[in-house]
Amino acid sequence: MAKVKSLADLQKLKADLQTKVDLREKGEGAENLVQIKVAMATCGIASGAKQVMEFFMDELEKRNIEAVVTQTGCMGYCYAEPTVEIKLPNQDPVVFGDVDIKKADEIIEKYVKTGELVNGIIPQNYNTIDE
Amino acid sequence: MHLLVCGGTGCKASASDALEDKLTKELEEKSLQDEVQVVKTGCFGFCEKGPIVKVLPDNTFYTQVKPEDAKTIIEEHVIKGRKVERLLYLDPETKMHVTDSKHMGFYKKQIRVALRNCGFINPESIEEAIARDGYAALAKVLTEMTPDQAIQEILDSGLRGRGGGGFPTGLKWKLTAKEKADQKYVVCNADEGDPGAFMDRSILEGDPHSVIEAMAINGYCTGATKGLIYIRAEYPLAITRLKIAIDQAREFGLLGNDILGLGFDFDLEMRYGAGAFVCGEETALIHSMEGERGEPTFKPPFPSVEGYLKKPTNVNNVETYANIPVIFLKGANWFNKIGTEKSKGTKVFALAGKINNVGLIEVPMGTTLREVIYEIGGGIKDGKKFKAVQTGGPSGGCLTEKHLDTPIDFDNLIAVGSMMGSGGMIVMDEDDCMVSMAKFYLEFTVEESCGKCAPCRIGNKRLHEQLELITKGIGSKADLEKLRDLCNVIKDTSLCGLGQTSPNPVLSTIDNFYDEYLAHVEDQKCPAGVCKDLMQYVISHDECVGCTACARVCPVGAIAGERKGPHTIDSAICIKCGACIEKCKFNAISIQ
Repeated sequence: MAKVKSLADLQKLKADLQTKVDLREKGEGAENLVQIKVAMATCGIASGAKQVMEFFMDELEKRNIEAVVTQTGCMGYCYAEPTVEIKLPNQDPVVFGDVDIKKADEIIEKYVKTGELVNGIIPQNYNTIDE
Repeated sequence: MHLLVCGGTGCKASASDALEDKLTKELEEKSLQDEVQVVKTGCFGFCEKGPIVKVLPDNTFYTQVKPEDAKTIIEEHVIKGRKVERLLYLDPETKMHVTDSKHMGFYKKQIRVALRNCGFINPESIEEAIARDGYAALAKVLTEMTPDQAIQEILDSGLRGRGGGGFPTGLKWKLTAKEKADQKYVVCNADEGDPGAFMDRSILEGDPHSVIEAMAINGYCTGATKGLIYIRAEYPLAITRLKIAIDQAREFGLLGNDILGLGFDFDLEMRYGAGAFVCGEETALIHSMEGERGEPTFKPPFPSVEGYLKKPTNVNNVETYANIPVIFLKGANWFNKIGTEKSKGTKVFALAGKINNVGLIEVPMGTTLREVIYEIGGGIKDGKKFKAVQTGGPSGGCLTEKHLDTPIDFDNLIAVGSMMGSGGMIVMDEDDCMVSMAKFYLEFTVEESCGKCAPCRIGNKRLHEQLELITKGIGSKADLEKLRDLCNVIKDTSLCGLGQTSPNPVLSTIDNFYDEYLAHVEDQKCPAGVCKDLMQYVISHDECVGCTACARVCPVGAIAGERKGPHTIDSAICIKCGACIEKCKFNAISIQ
């Protein structure tokens, strides 16, 4: 990676990365791309988030579902760890709590494949700085 | 179509399970189960108006739905597409029904400023941070503002230190900026030590770049070219992610020499703490970084004048730093509209203890404890009664029922005998003994006291001994007054914040739960049934059938009695292990 040498560089970089993230999130040109974020802070890992993340990566590949699985920080729902956010193309992200391997399997089979919601959704109960 | 039914504990207590069954049955009756799914969700954070049903995709938000309303919802909303007016949320201000949850912003009590990127970005990717405006504030400050202007922006924002003291951040920066020296330092205090507080760890694990960026801004404002992050070695994941983030920032030229080609040099180093509570105090922290013992020294001189290696040093907490970039991007005027008159912005709290939704929350200053505990926190576990909440960790105090409607901010909490601290909130219910709780915190402070000054080293030890006696029922009313006096002496004469605040849990519990202390010393009773020495195991002779199971399991041979005759426990021998209660099939043994 070349160094960011000026303000213009940083702005250009931001715009590029933003488009990249947007592309991924809006799924243009990649209609079947599912985005999965696993909360991997200390609390999540202690509750088994690592195994869940590996399960998602392995199983999605085995089941031929094109998806991006990434880690993220704490979502704040310690009472329901591990927590996982799933974003289907062109839809609002949905957060699921208490996701063990069994739940992860159900999520793939139902929500990811057919869009049918499963028990254990955690509703978003906060505003962001952009609202 | 989906019907989301809240399965949070609050809603369950008001029959959301029955409601869910009813909805499922109604759908089956109408053969709609394939088109419409009933889904159980976690807490909506609106327990007061539960049970909640949310209909997707139209986002209709029904409140206080009873099982008998299931039929109406299915027949009207699902089949005919007409919203059930009477179940819609009534806006308390406009007295109008709110038809969809997207327009219910007011019900969202939380706003995530410091936690804006936690749980959104991959913390190990600087690209994702930059895509979400990472380092944009640094660029803005470096290109558009002089250090004085930038400090003024922070002053205008009203930001106060989130580590506990609540000192105005802008003023702290200004004091360091005005010192003349060949080298200055900015420090990030990541020595989070309050039992039950983990917001700093979460920020560093979830969004390390926000802290790095803010430290660089701080460096530009104060004239420091070096930054140090003092973090406890018990946070290995936070350390790993910080290291990755620092390396990435260097690689991108956002740390190092000539940042953004604007002639500003700034770089960061990490320093590891061994996990001593006192090292959260800034002078002790600085000594620890210098390789000295982690002991506080008297202020003045303040670190802004004479800090790390005797050079001017500005120390801020992790959460304070996490707020900085937002202030520059959104403007001081955006920030200072959130919060109360003297405490601006939001505060992150770690909810723990006997509360349903244990977790991290971020609310505007001025939110009441009731909103935090009952709405966001989902209320007390197992339907028990709320007793108290400890804020500010071992330095704070406990707040009770009568404080529930106090708006939380720095000054209000101090006025009611507690403090903000770093934001731990430990909720206690009717089964918690307040004397034992105070003793627990004292145990912590006795252990963590560095031992430099006598009031803290000896005074806290004596306080702890006294509390130990009270939990055994030894003492008198006069002893409680002595206890109070000793607390005040320790507060007034200790060298640093640790000792000056350590008696707070004792003082606030004596003030708020005086009767409970009295019950221990005068009646030899622990009303909450926690203090073992004040409990007695008794066998009811009416229930006991003389099966001898208890006598056989008792490890100390305290139970005697004839076979098929009533048994008796000798209190003098009994160690209150509880083995007999577990063994008794006839519920004949009780605790008194």
